[in-house]
This record gives sequence, C-alpha cells and structure tokens, in this order.
Amino acid sequence: MNTRSTSESARPARGWYLLLLVPFIAILWVPFYASGEPAVFGIPYFYWYQFLWILISAVLTAIVYFVTREPEGALPMAETLSSEDLDR
Amino acid sequence: MTIDWVALSVFILLFVIVTVMGFLAARWRRGDLDLLHEWGLAGRRFGTVITWFLLGGDLYTAYTFVAVPALVFGTGANGFFAVPYTIIVYPFVFLVMPRLWSVARRHGYITAADFVRGRYESRWLSLAVAFTGILATMPYIALQLVGIQVVLAAMGVEGTGLAADAPLVIAFIILAAYTYFSGLRAPAMIALVKDVIIYITIFVAIIVIPIKLGGFGNIFAAADAGLKAKNIPQGVLLAPGQFSAYATLALGSALALFMYPHSITGVLSSNSRHAIKRNAALLPAYSFLLGLIALLGFMAIAANIQPRAPYGAQWIVPGLFLQMFPSWFAGFAFGAIAIGALVPASIMSIAAANLFTRNIWREYVNPAVSDRDESNIAKLTSLVVKFGALVFIIFLPTQYAINLQLLGGVWIIQTLPAIVIGLYTRWLHRWALLIGWAVGMLSGTGMAVAQNFSSVYPLNVFGTVIPGYAALYSFILNLVVAVVLTWVFRAASAPAGADETHELDYTAVAA
Repeated sequence: MNTRSTSESARPARGWYLLLLVPFIAILWVPFYASGEPAVFGIPYFYWYQFLWILISAVLTAIVYFVTREPEGALPMAETLSSEDLDR
Repeated sequence: MTIDWVALSVFILLFVIVTVMGFLAARWRRGDLDLLHEWGLAGRRFGTVITWFLLGGDLYTAYTFVAVPALVFGTGANGFFAVPYTIIVYPFVFLVMPRLWSVARRHGYITAADFVRGRYESRWLSLAVAFTGILATMPYIALQLVGIQVVLAAMGVEGTGLAADAPLVIAFIILAAYTYFSGLRAPAMIALVKDVIIYITIFVAIIVIPIKLGGFGNIFAAADAGLKAKNIPQGVLLAPGQFSAYATLALGSALALFMYPHSITGVLSSNSRHAIKRNAALLPAYSFLLGLIALLGFMAIAANIQPRAPYGAQWIVPGLFLQMFPSWFAGFAFGAIAIGALVPASIMSIAAANLFTRNIWREYVNPAVSDRDESNIAKLTSLVVKFGALVFIIFLPTQYAINLQLLGGVWIIQTLPAIVIGLYTRWLHRWALLIGWAVGMLSGTGMAVAQNFSSVYPLNVFGTVIPGYAALYSFILNLVVAVVLTWVFRAASAPAGADETHELDYTAVAA
C-alpha cells in the first residue's frame, strides 16, 4: 500500500475520532440519567435515555466512519472480489 | 406438564430447516475445508452483511435472551446494564478491531494468541492468552445448553434421569456434526435464519404484550410495585449506591467482550477493515433488540409470571410467551431461542478449537503438523469441547456453569493488555505482561469467590467503599503491575524479544 497517501488523508480527520468518546461520557456517568422523570409514553427517563443513546452512538460511529474513510480495496484480491457479488 | 405438540411441531420444523442449512453450508463460498483458515475462519470471506448476522448471532446469545430478562425480573434496573455495555463496546470495536484484522491478515494469524506470539516473540504469553480464551469459553458453551433446556421444558419436554436429557443430546450431536463438516460457514448461514426469526419474535412481543398489559405506563408501574414488594425499595430505578456497580459492569463487560475468542473469530472472518467498521455502526441494532428483550423482565412482573424450579427466574421468558401467545407462536419463539443457542455454541467451539490447535498443539505438541492435520485436529477439538460442555450441563448443577461464566468475564479481560495495547505499542515488556496477567487472574478470581460468586466487589478506597465489577478492578491491578514491571525489566535490560510485525501491517487494507 501507498504510505504517503494514508498519512495525508488520515491526519486532517484525526479530530473526528473524539466523537467516539462522547457515548462513554454520556453512559458511564450514571447520575446523568438515574431519574425516572421525565417519562415518555410511561417509559421512565432512565430507560428511554439509554435507548436513545444506542441510536446516537450508532450515528456518531457512522459519522466517524464516513469522514475518516480509507481508500477501499487498494490491493484487489481476486478470490474475495469474485465471491462478493451480493454481500458488500 | 404435558407435551405441547403444536409448539413442539413448529419448533422441530425450524430445527430441521437449520440443520439442513448447516450441512449445505459446507458448499457455500466453497473453500478447501482441509485448511484451518477455511474451516475456522471461513476463508476470511464474509462481507459487511454476513459479518453483521454472524457477530449478531455470536454476541447476543440465547443465554442472553433468557438471562438478561431474568436479571431484570429479579433485581430491576441493575439488570439493564447489558444495554449501556453494548452501547460503549462499538466505539471501542471501531477503533481497535480493524488493527487486529489487518495484522492478522498480513501474517495469517487465526487467533489472538497467534498475534501475541508474533508481536512479543513469547510462547508463554501466547499460551496464557490461548489458555484463558479456552477456559472462559467452555462454561459459556455450557450455558447455551441451559437456554435450550428451558425452552424444551416449556413445551413439556422434561423429566428426570438420563432419558430426559435425550432431546438435548440429539440437538447437540446434530450441532457437533455440521460444525465438524462445515466449520464457520455453518453458524454464519444459520445466523441468517435465526436472526430473522428473533427479530420477528421480539417485534411481535413488544407490540402485543404491552397491548395486553395496558401499555408501557402500566407495565413500569406494576414492575415498580412488584419490585418494591420484593424488598427492592428503588423499584425500577437505580439506588445511588448502585451507580458505581452499574457503570463498572458496563465498562468492564464492554472491554471484555471482544477479547473472547468467539468475538475475535467473528472479526477475523470478515473480508475487510471496512466490514468491521461498518458493523460497529450497524450492530447497535442488536443492542436495541437486547434492550427490548430486557424489558420482558418487567412485563413478566406485570403479568405475574412466577419463577419455576429448577429453572428459577430463567423460566420467566418462556413462561411469559406461553401465557401471552398461542402455542404455534410460542413454538416459533422457542425455536428462535434454541437456534439462537446453536449459533454461538458452534462459533465458540470453533474458536476454542482454533486456539487449541494453533497455540497449544502446534506450539507444544507437534510443530511439524501438516496443514491438513492441523485442520483435522481443530475439527476433533470442536467435538471434544462441545461434548465436555454437554457432560458438564447434564451431570453438574447449572449454577456451576453460571458461576464459571461469570468468572470467564473476569478472566478474559486480563488478556486485553497483551492484545489491545499490543496493537498500538510494544512498550509493555512481555514478562511484565505475563506477570500482570497472572496477578489479574488470581486477584479477580479471589474477589469473585470472596463475594460468593457475585461479580460486584466492594472495594475499600481509603475508607470509602466503592462497589464495582471485579473484572475491572482486577484488570486495573493487572495494568499497574504490567507498567511497573516493564520499568523494572527494562532497567534490568531483560530481552524483549523480536517483533515480526511492522507498523504498516496494522493499517494495511489487504494482505
């Protein structure tokens, strides 16, 4: 693989990785969500907050994926590509 | 109980379908199954979609589907820690696992212990990683059988003596056979069917059951009252004294999960770094499902489902389905749980077999083993591992397997410094890592045993007691020992071994 192109494309995107820390803070500090109020549709805050963070965390991960994307398939491997028709 | 023939017929039909698929899987994306990386990693050929199904089926096991609601049923909010745990695990996977994939692809590593050996030139550290992996996996396989046992009992298939275990034995022989013939391709293909059934089951349950019980407001109110009546004064919420346990259980479990051999096997079988990164964003769909499943525990309280001997609170999910649904749908759901046990049991036995073959047999018994023999030994080991789990469940109390699986989390996290930190830096000395591992294993086991097999240990920090997950506490001790001893070994100029990997291997897109 080409070293120079990876380091050039990776460097400006580095800061985006900090987004991956956000779920840790939101989830590991329990007092943020330990209460029952406000409830939504009868579901206490404690529960819907954590359900919401499943989604937020997935979205943050997806954002980091797209902005830090590496060039794909730099070295094509014949056997992989041929079996890769449906499953991408 | 009498046998519920309608439910059992649906159940058997599903079972037959996946059995046929398991054997046909040998021909799927055909490879030479006499090679270990074809049998044990399916030729590293799975793209994003198959990896999603495979890892989903692998990590969210049938035991999880039975045990998490049981814990929520019994202890309330505390049991919900499985959800934050599966939230924070994916950012971690996104960062770390592509590096492991790349270096493994470059050097043909099949297990984490292969990597540790190459990185540190240490057979002993590699053996420690392999041994820990096998040790932590065995009780996990045994527990998958508990999931099958409970749903069989719910359909009236139970009794006493050896004959009562016959259905379980048959299910396991079938599982062992297609794993032997098809390798990792079998659970991957079955995972496709299993997950579709699981998603249907849970979405129906999460709509129908709340309607029958008068909405989520009623369910939480009834669960709150029910828990308070059981001497849990905080009801469906956490008491302030539980915060530290909740957070450390989530963090410790998240760090441990991808050290398990079956998780690493799932990661290494994918065909690219991109497949792993995409899955870090896509797998949370299963976490959402898991959260819904956890709520079944509260629904069971609201529906007044009672635990039943000898299964205890693990009975409540099957009990809830029996009460809420017609027999045919209950059979469908039970099929989902049983098949949900087969997929991880199969992957776990393959992962343990890979470790044994590569890092114990080839390393210590017969270094000159041919590729063909290596594959055969792995196949045989997968049989032995599953047979051991079966014997364990049939002849010993279930509680033993539960206690050992709890210890498994404490054990497997001790391999993290060698594996994960090793992916970034070789600063830690191989002997320091090995001693740190030993200290972590002993202290973690000691903490759990001292608490009579509770995973939460009340650590006394300068007079303040902080209850937390024993795995995380022992892991911190492991790290401290590894860092301090690294200074010592470096000062003493102890040989650090050669590194066969190169910095660029860790970000390589292809072999």
